Amino acid sequence: MIGVPAKVVVLGGGVGGTLVANLLAKELGREGRVTVVDPTGMHHYQPGYLYVALGQANGRWLVRDERTLLRREVDLAVERATRIEPDAGLVHLERGGKLEYDYLVLATGARLVPELVPGLREGSHEFYSLEGAQRLREELRRFRGGRLLVGIAGIPYKCPPAPVEFVFMVEEYLRRRGVRDRSRITLLSPLNRAFTIESASKVIQPLMEQRGIELVTFFNVEEVDPSAGTVSSLEGEKLEYDLLVLVPPHRGQQVVVDSGLGDPAGWLPTDRYTLQVEGQDRIFAIGDATNLPISKSGSTAHFEAPVVASRIASLVRGTAPNENYGGRVMCFLETGNRRATVLRFDYEHPPAPPQPNLIWHSAKWLFNRLYWETVPQGRLPEKMPVPIPTGRSES
Amino acid sequence: MATVNVDRSIDARGMPCPGPLMSLIGAIREGEVGNVIEVLSSDEGSKTDIPAWVAKAGHELVEVVTEDGFTRFVVKKAR
Repeated sequence: MIGVPAKVVVLGGGVGGTLVANLLAKELGREGRVTVVDPTGMHHYQPGYLYVALGQANGRWLVRDERTLLRREVDLAVERATRIEPDAGLVHLERGGKLEYDYLVLATGARLVPELVPGLREGSHEFYSLEGAQRLREELRRFRGGRLLVGIAGIPYKCPPAPVEFVFMVEEYLRRRGVRDRSRITLLSPLNRAFTIESASKVIQPLMEQRGIELVTFFNVEEVDPSAGTVSSLEGEKLEYDLLVLVPPHRGQQVVVDSGLGDPAGWLPTDRYTLQVEGQDRIFAIGDATNLPISKSGSTAHFEAPVVASRIASLVRGTAPNENYGGRVMCFLETGNRRATVLRFDYEHPPAPPQPNLIWHSAKWLFNRLYWETVPQGRLPEKMPVPIPTGRSES
Repeated sequence: MATVNVDRSIDARGMPCPGPLMSLIGAIREGEVGNVIEVLSSDEGSKTDIPAWVAKAGHELVEVVTEDGFTRFVVKKAR
């Protein structure tokens, strides 16, 4: 016999929030009532921003109404959540309403905080928001050569491969526009290599060298001086630029901070296997919002969502949850010239990326095309057939 | 036991790369010139990354001590 439906509230209508809501609604049927709360009600396919900046896609392709992506039986509240009361099982909403929950999923993502770096907003461009990508596209169209610097103004940040993808793709873009020989492209890395993961750097760095893309290591952005056209690092270097592209610093959402659930940067302390927020039996976290030491990416959220949905369904039914998240992530990394590689890894296995090729580039484009009809609805197989390579990289 | 007085200690044991280095960078950013910061790291990469960063950034690597299952780096903020 079915009693009162369990109330599940999901904060955030991105990849993770949408997928977990759809999976739970399908799994629980009349045993549950699922509500998604999202401040804009619009769902962005964020990997597409890169293509917008480089003039390969328009913004309309990247945004859809969240309602159209949710199962009919999932409720959507287009409103900002302002505070969570874990003891009372309550979410407070901006317009004064409250939502009760039995289980809460925090899929609140990350927010960009450019104001943390003096001069960053005035002096640099970014492709981490649709508006930013559109502005950068216009700036690139006007670019007639000069020094182009691409850097990262804080770790962690979303989609770790994106700055590397950008330098490769902008190199191709400038070549096609006939201004490559008048341009100097430099990647500023906060670490002593091009990419956080060493095995991936070993594939990326020789390719950067071949393509004449410079690498400056240990460059942790401290300040931008727009009038002088310079960017300075914590390490004491100052570089001149004609066009500066910086990934803005990221932080967790204000609702997490205001509810006393996050660490000082607003990330949620999360159990790496159960995805429960530490000390909270009824609250789970997925995607960019967690403090887990893995990529902040849609792929991470995509693989985490079925685990959280399964665990909540078990708890609703009074059975022991048995699904764990093993840290699985799969990210494409575009290298321009219709080539891409892929990073597949989990907590135990670092990636062994193959040499970039046309197959992975085509797979990325296929994924871009299929995203709207597959990922949010859970139509890709839950256990995606992406074997983790354990041997040496393919060549 | 520490042989120098430490102003701030960061226990980054269990944290994968680049966590320990980024924690040190954060502490250097927030600290005052002359502050001594200690980082405990079990990540193998830290053994090369942390000394290399300290040298590039112009700070002082006071000591590196190999302990049981982790390494203790003591860094003085020099500028």
